[in-house]
Amino acid sequence: MSTVRIPPLLRARVGGTKQVELPAGTLGEVLDALASAYPVLRSLLFAEDGTLARGFRAFVDSRDARLTGGLSTPVEEHDLVVILPATGGGGGGGGA
Amino acid sequence: MAKSYSVLLAEARAEVPELTPAEVDRLLVASPDVALVDVREASEWERAHIPGAVHAERSHLERDIEAAVPDRSRRVVLYCAAGIRSLFAGQTLRAMGYADVASLAGGFEAWVGRGLPTTAPAVLTDAQRLRYSRHLLIPEVGADGQARLLESKVLIVGAGGLGSPAALYLAAAGVGTLGIVDFDVVEASNLQRQVLHATDRIGTKKVRSAAATIAALNPDVRVVGHEEVLGPDNVDRLIAGYDVVVDGTDTFETRYTLNDAAVAAGIPVVHASVFRFEGQLTVFRPHEGPCYRCLFPAPPPPELAPGCSVSGVLGVVPGVMGLLQATEVLKLLLGIGDPLVGRLLLYDALEGSFTELRFRRDPTCPVCSDAAVEARAAGR
Repeated sequence: MSTVRIPPLLRARVGGTKQVELPAGTLGEVLDALASAYPVLRSLLFAEDGTLARGFRAFVDSRDARLTGGLSTPVEEHDLVVILPATGGGGGGGGA
Repeated sequence: MAKSYSVLLAEARAEVPELTPAEVDRLLVASPDVALVDVREASEWERAHIPGAVHAERSHLERDIEAAVPDRSRRVVLYCAAGIRSLFAGQTLRAMGYADVASLAGGFEAWVGRGLPTTAPAVLTDAQRLRYSRHLLIPEVGADGQARLLESKVLIVGAGGLGSPAALYLAAAGVGTLGIVDFDVVEASNLQRQVLHATDRIGTKKVRSAAATIAALNPDVRVVGHEEVLGPDNVDRLIAGYDVVVDGTDTFETRYTLNDAAVAAGIPVVHASVFRFEGQLTVFRPHEGPCYRCLFPAPPPPELAPGCSVSGVLGVVPGVMGLLQATEVLKLLLGIGDPLVGRLLLYDALEGSFTELRFRRDPTCPVCSDAAVEARAAGR
């Protein structure tokens, strides 16, 4: 099994779940399994063309999946998949 | 039997070979691994010394040499002012097991007399020596590094949750010029995390509040306040002349504007962002590593991009992240360590964990790719 870390930004939509264990496979398969477990995530994580939605990056075993085959990136047993959302907060900073 | 000074000196000469300034000069060029150790007093070292030398004054030589030259098999050349103290110091090192020790004949005076190069450490005032004494004790900073910090210019965009701790510690560290961009006024709800400000400054412009706090902390620091909104029309002017920019903003729009201008100007940006209990940190060093658009080509949809005023944030989280930003700034300014270029640090306060993620430049990046740089140069 692989471990998928759900970012804090999305946790409220999945009942506070922080991480889930999902069968290894490709990154696309793992994220699809995640979206099947939590259907509310599907439209957030995936763009209409099936790629990862804008504002999100995925890392497999600490490496940017875009460099290792995108959604085809192999996810091995015990790998950690990190879904990283762009976070804008600066603790309140003005400047914009 | 008691020995006279002349006997002791003769014994030292017999035990420790002497090299002329020309020989030492050639040796340093031919064998960069030679450890050149200045055993004079600190006041003599501070006036001038031989480039590349390390300082371990004779009065503390036994204590300090193991840190300065841990490898006892390394070749060591000692020098003092005239070549006497270094001979006796050489005997000490041999007794401590240093196998290959020599002394510069005629010392620093002979070196200077031959017209060989010297370097003078940066001059700090007595007050600065006291204020920054803990920095001066670190070899990676020292007087030269401290002087570099005092000459450095850092722009902090946003005097908020991230900018507050970053500004405080950069000011304390003696970064000579701190530019601060913020158009807001201090509000009561800021004070749970924005430690630059104070209760009696509610309603005051944040830039002025920040300047007052920093002036009280460190009069060495010049604060340049910019009470304006950073946007496409003024970003080039605002960041011009700064060595590093701290991104402490709270909107994607500003982050992209800042990124694009900083890449074009070749100025590194130390980036952090926070959400409730979590923070992200990385360093965007133009053309040496990825930029913000390489990491996130486009912002998330608005429903997934709440600011702290909507989602809330544990006050210490921007504190932690802002201090990590200040740390990365100091590393960049001093040229030490491994800046977080192409690496993103994810801090989870609830878990008490840091996760490091690695990413690279996007060859198709519309801002920092080679094609984008060429297009900019061509005015396209």
